[in-house]
Parts: sequence; structure tokens; C-alpha cells
Amino acid sequence: MEKSTTLIYDGSFNGFLTAVFTAFEERLNVADIQTNNKGQSGLFSENETIFTNVEKAKRVWNGVRNKSHAAISNIYFAYLSEMEGIEILLFRYIQKLMGTKSNKHLDFSDDTMLRISQLARSVGREKHRMEAFVRFQLTKDDIYFANIEPDFNVLPLISKHFRNRYADQQWLIYDVKRKYGLFYNLKGVELVSLNLNEIHFNKIHKSDAFLNEEYDYQTLWNDYFKSTNIKSRINKKLHTQHVPKRYWKYLSEKKETA
Amino acid sequence: MNFERIREKLNILADAAKYDVSCASSGSTRKNSKNGLGNSTGMGICHSYTEDGRCVSLLKILLTNYCIYDCAYCVTRKSNDVKRAAFKIQEVVDLTINFYRRNYIEGLFLSSGIFKNPDYTMERLIAVAKKLREEENFNGYIHLKSIPGASDELMYQAGLYADRLSVNIEVPTISGLKLLAPDKKHEDFTKPMLKVKNELLRYKNERKIIKSTPKYAPAGQSTQMIVGATNETDKDVMYSATFYYKKYHMKRVYYSGYVPVAKDDRLPSIGSQVPMLRENRLYQTDWLLRFYGFAVNEILNNDHPNLDMDVDPKLSWALRNLQHFPVDINKADKHMLARVPGLGMLSVGKILKARQFRKLNWEHLKKMGVALNRAQYFLVCDSKSWERRDLDAERIKGMILQNSKGKFRKQYSQQLALFN
Repeated sequence: MEKSTTLIYDGSFNGFLTAVFTAFEERLNVADIQTNNKGQSGLFSENETIFTNVEKAKRVWNGVRNKSHAAISNIYFAYLSEMEGIEILLFRYIQKLMGTKSNKHLDFSDDTMLRISQLARSVGREKHRMEAFVRFQLTKDDIYFANIEPDFNVLPLISKHFRNRYADQQWLIYDVKRKYGLFYNLKGVELVSLNLNEIHFNKIHKSDAFLNEEYDYQTLWNDYFKSTNIKSRINKKLHTQHVPKRYWKYLSEKKETA
Repeated sequence: MNFERIREKLNILADAAKYDVSCASSGSTRKNSKNGLGNSTGMGICHSYTEDGRCVSLLKILLTNYCIYDCAYCVTRKSNDVKRAAFKIQEVVDLTINFYRRNYIEGLFLSSGIFKNPDYTMERLIAVAKKLREEENFNGYIHLKSIPGASDELMYQAGLYADRLSVNIEVPTISGLKLLAPDKKHEDFTKPMLKVKNELLRYKNERKIIKSTPKYAPAGQSTQMIVGATNETDKDVMYSATFYYKKYHMKRVYYSGYVPVAKDDRLPSIGSQVPMLRENRLYQTDWLLRFYGFAVNEILNNDHPNLDMDVDPKLSWALRNLQHFPVDINKADKHMLARVPGLGMLSVGKILKARQFRKLNWEHLKKMGVALNRAQYFLVCDSKSWERRDLDAERIKGMILQNSKGKFRKQYSQQLALFN
């Protein structure tokens, strides 16, 4: 039996791309690609630790992108799903993609290609939801602040949208689950990590970090949300389908129900 | 800000505006400029959904619900005994900006009851939009109502500040309009539409020559029809929709099931059910016309003046035209694939791409998300099993209904419910 290798990388996207580069360069028979905190070695495979190298990562990125823009964005989106075993699935995807001349990423009759395009779609949906469901609250320091808790790691994907839209106000979006956030300081966006001693949901948990005016606007918004509903057309099922319950605690208009 | 006063006004004027169904915030091309506020390019965003399942994308309010007209279907008609209120221009601007900054909304949808006269009202609406654009450097989405009867000069100005303009035709037939809104003339509705269409064309042509031509209503215009208020047929509704799409280049026509808001002999009584299923079927038809290559007379004609309630319009068409089927999934062109019940345009796209690699079978179609319970009777693919029996339309319909669950099924079920 041919020797197989498990590649161990640091958990960053560039690290993953470096692993892909190494696998191609050394023509490895890859059993799995894992992050270093998992450390599950296979019974019949050797481990090889990958050191992240931006140059090598870039070559993989450009190589795939030259093949297809849609494919590289599928790869990045699917990677951010953080799904168990996503790395090896993506590796197979890249292998198949680079192994043919045709637009293999459009082969929706191939399980790997279909699965990755579906995953990328799920992450895209979550990205779009976060662009919708972020609710800023104005702090006393004049920063528009929001907590989020998305299923997938979509912060890197929504940065551009919020920068373009709110170019004249300071804002901070913080992912409570992954413990990092984006802060826009009127010049550029930077990554921040905070020691939050409380999570700021919405106005049922009032906090003195915010102005009173902030709670007035939340009240107005809640009122608006209620008055725009047509009671004789009620359709709760459709409502929860569009606004799944796991997001409710961060939406001020749903505060009474969450 | 006088919080309690604003709160009261907002409740009254949002409540009165909610029967306008358009909440689209897509299709504009307004980029953020000079580090201002907001950006509305491309995709629309629904920031929330009400409990009736409708999208909340824009702050949808009336400037005032005082009105000189007495249209029977309208909740703000002058003879109706409701609380009246009016916003000041600055109040609307402040609300919009503060909601927008907190990421509650994509922009403003401003409509109004007609006070004094159409031009006076239209001027006020334009003043709000102008202030938002010029003083607040606001690049979010603005949807303004064109007030029926407003002058061409004002319609021109409105398009300079708004992303979308709309006039609601409300009653699909001219005879219905005479019955329900005797003060209004059909021309009052179509005149602003025509002006907007002409300006859109003019700006489009000018942009071909001078690239820096300013924008005029970049998200186009739309209109809305109430269904179920008069005894119009589905054919009446869809033929007039087609007319507005063609004649005035509408981006969208909306269909709104009539919600009884008044005691009036001319209208369905208060408490009668909102025709939501019918509304749904009309939207399905609208999509078939705009995206699936159907012509309106294929779906609705003198033999079939109304849509089937128990099956969707595409399936209904297919059952009447079985001579076109079965279709070979591996050979048929896009046009024909789009006509197969159970195939949406997304599936059609996937099939066209995937079949370049291999012949597709049922398993592939299922994984791509095709609704096989409907599609299987109309397709052959790379498989030995397909529907060989020579089934007639009634049998196929029966089998499809038996093996599926429709969300509206209980509304037209013939079977009596045991517990109710």
C-alpha cells in the first residue's frame, strides 16, 4: 500500500493553502489535513507539520483563481464554514479542479463539486443574513457597537459591506462565539479582540455603556416593527423561516419573545 | 426630539402605510461617495420580517394620512374615522438617518395621503428626499410614491433624488376604478408613469454619450394592484400587469390580496379572508412571464380565465399541453427545460452545466434539488426507469397531489376536517 500522510497546519487559511501547496509539490498521498489542536493521527499514516508560508499560499490562490474566479470564492467561502473535515474535502476539490482542462467546478453531477458549491452557498446565505441582522447600538464613546454569533465565520466576508456603507461613523462588530471583532476607526478596518464582561444583546438588558437616546430609538424601531404587521395575514411559520430563532436575542424588535 | 409625540405619529403613519406591499431595495446603483453615509448597490437586504412573513427592508411611512380623496378600498379615505397625523420634513429625515445608522433599514419608502392638491403633496415628498441626499449626504435607498395627478416637472425632480418611483394603480380594471374611486381618473395614474418612463429612456440614451450623466430613478418604477376587491378575473389582472410591464417598462408589478378595511357594499365585508392563495398564484404567474419565457395567453385565456388553485400555474399549463412531454433532460434546450414542472431556473442552470460532463440520471437531479415528485412525469433521463404508462392529465394531477404537501392545501381541501 502506498504511504499516506496527514498534514498538520496552524488553522489559518494561508496555512491550509500552504498544506495544499506542499501536497502538490511533494506529490503526497494525503490522508487528511488537520489543525494542530486536533492531533488525531491516523493509524496508517505519517504526520507532517506544515509551516505557513504566505508566498506558497499565494501561488495556490493565484493558480486556482486563474482557473476560475468562482472556484476560488467557493473555496474561501466553504473554508469559512469551519465544518469538520472541510480541509480534506477542499483538497479533493482542488485536485479535481486542477486535474482537468474544463470548468470542473461547474460539474454539479460530481459529489465533491456539488457539496462544496452547496457549502459555499450556505456560508453566503449566512453572510447575507449578518449584513441584515447586525443591530448597532450607539455607545457613549460614539461607537456603533454590535454583537453577533453567526454559525459560520463570516466576519471577514462582511467587512467590505459595512466599510462601504458606514464610512462616516465608527463601528465595531464583535463575534461573541469566535472572540474577535472588526473595528472601523473612520480610516480603516482593524481586527480587535476584547475582554467583554457582558454581552450586549438589546434593550431588555439595559447597560450604562449606551445613551438613553439609544433606547429611545430601539423603542421606536420596535413600535415600527409592530405597526407594520398585518394581523389578518399572520404567518408565524414563514416568519421564523426567514428569521430563525437563534438570531432573535440580538434583534431588538424580537426582544420580548427571545 | 419630542419622543412621545414622534412615537405616536410613527405608530399612526406606519400603520397606514403597511398595505403597500413593495419593499424592494434592490437594483439601484448608488455608491457611497465622499465618505458619506450609505450605499445601495445591487442586492437588496431584508433587515427583518414581520409576523405575517413580509420583508422589512425600508422605513415605510406616510408623510401624512390626511387625504382629500374617498377611495373605498383605502384605510385613509376621508370618510373613515381614524386618528390623523402628519410628520414634519425634518422628523422623517432624522428617523431615517438614525434607523439607517443602526442598520435597521436599507432606506426610506415615503408615501402620503393627498392634502390640498397632488402637486403640493408631491413637493413635500421631494423635499424630504432632497434633504436626505443633499444635506445628509445619504446614499441609501429612497422609494417615493408618485402622487396621481402630479405635474411632469415634479415627476422629473423626484427621479433625481429617488431610486425608485411608483404609482399604485390599485384597481386592475377601469370599470372597477370608477366604482371604487370615483374622484380619480385613470389618466391621473398613467400620466406620472409615462413621464417617468420617458425620462428613464432619455437618461439612458444620454448616458451612452456622456458617461457622467446624473442618475434618474436607477431602480426604475413599479406599481401595485389590489386583487379580490372587485370581481376581476385572474386574466384581467395578468393582462393589465403585462400591459404595464410593456407600456411603462415597470420593474415590478405587485399583487396585494385585499384586506377588508371598510364597511362598504361595494367591497368584501370586514372579516372575510384575505385571498392569499390567489395572490401566491398570481406571483407565480408573474415569475413565469418574466423569467421562464411564458407568454401570458399560454397561461390565461378565454378558456382559462382563472388560475387553478390546487396546482401551480406551470404544472397546470403542462397538464393542458402534455403533447410537449416527456422532455429529455440531457438534450432539451434551456427554453424547454424551463417549462418542466418542478424545475426552477437555478436547477435549469445546474443541469445545463453538469450535463457537459456526463449524462444525468434521477440520482443527479435529486441531489441538485429538483422537485422530482412533479418533474418525474414530464422527464426522461439516463435511466431505464421512467414513467411508461400513458397517463392522462387527471391521473398525473391526482398522483402529484397525493404524494405532496402544499402549504395552502387545507384552504381548498374537499375533505371535511374531523376536528375544527
